[in-house]
Amino acid sequence: MRDGLRRWALVWSLVGCAGLALAPWYAASDGAGPGKLQLLVPGLALLAALALRNLPLRLGRATLGLRLMVLGGGSFIYIAAQGFAIGGQPGMGLGAAVVATSLVMLFALGLAARGFFKGDAFVAGAVVVVAVLVVFFTLYPVARILLSAVQGSDGAVSGRALAERLFAAKIWRLDCLTGGRSCGVGWNTLVLALLTATTTTALGLAFALVVTRTGFKAKRLLRVLTVLPIITPPFVIGLGLILIFGRSGLVNQLMEWAFAVPPSRWIYGLPGVWLAQTLSFTPVAFLVLIGVVEGVSPSLEEASQTLRADRWQTFSRVSLPLMLPGLANAFLVGFIESIADFGNPIVLGGNFGVLSTEAFFSIVGAQLDQGRAASLGVLLLVLALGAFFVQRRVVGRKVYTAISGKGDGGRPAPLPPFVRRLAFGVALPWTMLTLSIYGMALAGGFVETWGRDYTPTLRHYAKAFSVEWGGTGIIWSGSAWRSFWTTLELASIAAPLTAALGILTAYLLVRQRFAGRAAFEFATMLSFAIPGTVIGVSYILAFNVPPIELTGTGIILIVCFVFRNMPVGLRAGVAAMSQIDGSLDEASRTLGGRSFVTLRRVILPLLRPAVVAALVYSFVRAMTTVSAVIFLVSADYDMATTYIIHRVLNGDYGVAIAYSSVLIVLMLAAIGLIQLLVGERRLRRGAPALEALPTGPIA
Amino acid sequence: MTDRRAARIELSGVTKQYGAVTAVRDVSFTIAAGSLVTLLGPSGCGKTTTLRLIAGLETVTSGRIMIGGDDVTALGATDRNVSMVFQSYALFPHMSVLDNVAYGPRVGGRSRRQAAESAREALAGVGLAELADRLPSELSGGQQQRVAIARALVLEPRVLLFDEPLSNLDARLRRQMREEIRALQQRLGITVVYVTHDQEEALGVSDRIIVMNHAVVAQEGPPRDLYESPDDVFVAGFMGETNRVKGVLWRLDERTGRLTIGGLTRTVPHRGLADGTVDVAIRPEAILIVDGQPTGGALRGTVSQAAYLGSRMEYSIASEIGELFVTSPAVDAPLAPGAPVALTLASHGITLIRP
Repeated sequence: MRDGLRRWALVWSLVGCAGLALAPWYAASDGAGPGKLQLLVPGLALLAALALRNLPLRLGRATLGLRLMVLGGGSFIYIAAQGFAIGGQPGMGLGAAVVATSLVMLFALGLAARGFFKGDAFVAGAVVVVAVLVVFFTLYPVARILLSAVQGSDGAVSGRALAERLFAAKIWRLDCLTGGRSCGVGWNTLVLALLTATTTTALGLAFALVVTRTGFKAKRLLRVLTVLPIITPPFVIGLGLILIFGRSGLVNQLMEWAFAVPPSRWIYGLPGVWLAQTLSFTPVAFLVLIGVVEGVSPSLEEASQTLRADRWQTFSRVSLPLMLPGLANAFLVGFIESIADFGNPIVLGGNFGVLSTEAFFSIVGAQLDQGRAASLGVLLLVLALGAFFVQRRVVGRKVYTAISGKGDGGRPAPLPPFVRRLAFGVALPWTMLTLSIYGMALAGGFVETWGRDYTPTLRHYAKAFSVEWGGTGIIWSGSAWRSFWTTLELASIAAPLTAALGILTAYLLVRQRFAGRAAFEFATMLSFAIPGTVIGVSYILAFNVPPIELTGTGIILIVCFVFRNMPVGLRAGVAAMSQIDGSLDEASRTLGGRSFVTLRRVILPLLRPAVVAALVYSFVRAMTTVSAVIFLVSADYDMATTYIIHRVLNGDYGVAIAYSSVLIVLMLAAIGLIQLLVGERRLRRGAPALEALPTGPIA
Repeated sequence: MTDRRAARIELSGVTKQYGAVTAVRDVSFTIAAGSLVTLLGPSGCGKTTTLRLIAGLETVTSGRIMIGGDDVTALGATDRNVSMVFQSYALFPHMSVLDNVAYGPRVGGRSRRQAAESAREALAGVGLAELADRLPSELSGGQQQRVAIARALVLEPRVLLFDEPLSNLDARLRRQMREEIRALQQRLGITVVYVTHDQEEALGVSDRIIVMNHAVVAQEGPPRDLYESPDDVFVAGFMGETNRVKGVLWRLDERTGRLTIGGLTRTVPHRGLADGTVDVAIRPEAILIVDGQPTGGALRGTVSQAAYLGSRMEYSIASEIGELFVTSPAVDAPLAPGAPVALTLASHGITLIRP
């Protein structure tokens, strides 16, 4: 079996040769072939790797490994260097991709042969492939956006260009305080994020207390509300708010009719965006805080009570301080969500610009200033990463609640009456508001024109999704079908890739020990913290030009989905895998199962809930995301969300709402289908174990 | 793969380091083919690490491991033909009992039918043939243990390793499983290495015991030797309750010496110690409580605490040579605290301790 390594070296050499010979090296269709010199090195390397096969058994493993590493790694670097160095050549094509992949695999096999990764070829290959992918599709674009931000208009690198852009008056002016028009987008973003983080944390805590510490009956309803934002396209809440509070919304009409108050526009701007973000992100804060509140050990509260503290003293001196780190975490999550948010500000912002929308308008608007977009992106990135690191430190520090561990008996102390009334007083009206907004958003699709003509109609659905029978079969004549099918197709391709990459990475991080593991973990988690807008801008900057030219294709959207959503699968996988005792792996190993067999037969079946979660999440996120995608769509590849955004920006709310409703129904169906396909994990008869969806920063 | 003969295990100079921590330091020992040897020691002494090194789940930092005459130092667990029964049993929770046992043959490349067949055979061997279709969660602790053993045995390994196999069972089941494991080992004649921290378990099951402490081997030998003539204070204390007192040694010949403790004299192996004051370890059952005035002298003492444990009495006795811990089978005539007693020494269970 120890010759498996040589066999795989042979397989990958052959794959590389096939790619070199059969597939076009360049993506361009005009038939321009590469120069001979460019193919010579990888070609020779592959042939040499093939030849290694023929002098096998005399050759020690270490020597074999060294040769594979030099051949694979050397020519991979050669290809990459040549791609970046030589201007004017077309983007790399399928052939180059296949050859590069096989070279990377040969390099990984070389590492394994030299005893890295405990000599495990599968682990070596997986680590190297994930690392290369992360470098190309996360680190490289981020490096590009940083570079663009420091490049002046003449292309030269200068700190002044960066400083000018970062501290531009437009970003940091304070006119609104002195009665001027508006403040800079930097201040807008910060103020909005602080407000949103405060309100989502407060509301999340109120909900968490109601659910865990009172005899509230409709707990399941609240749980459902927490799933809603996950399957909601990001502007549904904005649309719902417009229908209620907008100029021709219900409230304004009522006020005008009853009191002759002229309609107000207050919803467009900071108050509206704040309200929309609070509605959108409260469920996330709730999910963070429910774990925190449940983690406060009842026995500590009972101890406090036996020491003659009353309810209020127990709550304020024991329970609340124990929850503090969790509250800080929820606050930071809300902060990160807010600055990364794109959908709400673009729908409701009006003149109130934030960094993410400004970056968008710098690229698509009349300005077409990529450098400005890049520097706004960098600013956004700095804020997001700053908050992310603070959050990791808060969470990383031992949270008090973890100390007492589990298996703690006792009943949680009832809330003090004042706190109880406050929690209910906040949570219940808020629930009603959320429900009515979703209700409005759904109802809005079925009336002629909201605010003017409430005649029931299916006109909007017909416009978007009409189907005709033509001579040759079905004609998808509705205006939305094109983006609908594209979205469905790309999401269906991206979801399994995302889940596979996430779970594989989780396996490597949890189950394998290797040099550079910490850096590996850091890089994979990093893409989690990068706001979608930054990803969008950086992908345009990085993949608009050779050697990797992807803009305008579906591939760039898929790549974007995979690397944006992979950390969710990763987290689900890490959490689930940490629950699986390592002795199961070891048992498999002593019984003759190698790492791949162990992964497939023991770990994956036990990870089914995490696999379902990763699949569902990546599918749903691919269908609902807008912030990064809006930069990357093209005429051929329009997505549902960008289609809806454009309808909204044109004031065509009916179609936008109809489409959103269809998406929500579609996603519910998809979730059901995925659960059916992947199946349940059966550890006990009659008790299927299905864990909840993971949640995380949504942008 | 199907080499049925038991294999000899040989560790020479094995060291395992995790960063700055040395878990196993320069350990060498040989385990004879077909014997059952226990690695015994307190938690953190390196016994489990040693077992995992034999299994191939950890790789040595330095040293050499031979199994059945082959150098396996560089091989991983998958290639060693060694099976292990884990402390947690590590049964795959998503597979039926039969699938668990058939896992080894399956991933080893045998057909589904063949694998199931040998799995059924192995299950029958541990008396669980009729539970083949259950899930592990539907079995009792003892049954899970048997499944784990069947799963380990189905590959007909040359060496079988047990990591604290009884620690998750309740006391009653423990003795039964211990006897089953011993009987199985005797029947199959395989080499078994068995890790435990329970000295009674080790005494009851082993051909030989290797006591480890602080990452090194403290003493190695047959159970009786370790109990009755421990080399040092640690082994003496770890192998059972012990009283440490001072005595005076006077060598008589090549092997024995006269040991005087208080007013009592016994002839014991001198173990190479010089004449003069020596440390002595006395097992609690070797101190006898005598009625009336014994001939040949006695130690005087007073009972300070007494406990009734069903099969025996436990006393703390303040004596002229110090506080003594004494057990007595005389449960019918318990002594109350404060009662004066006369003590004498048995002829066994008294050992000189090397400094």
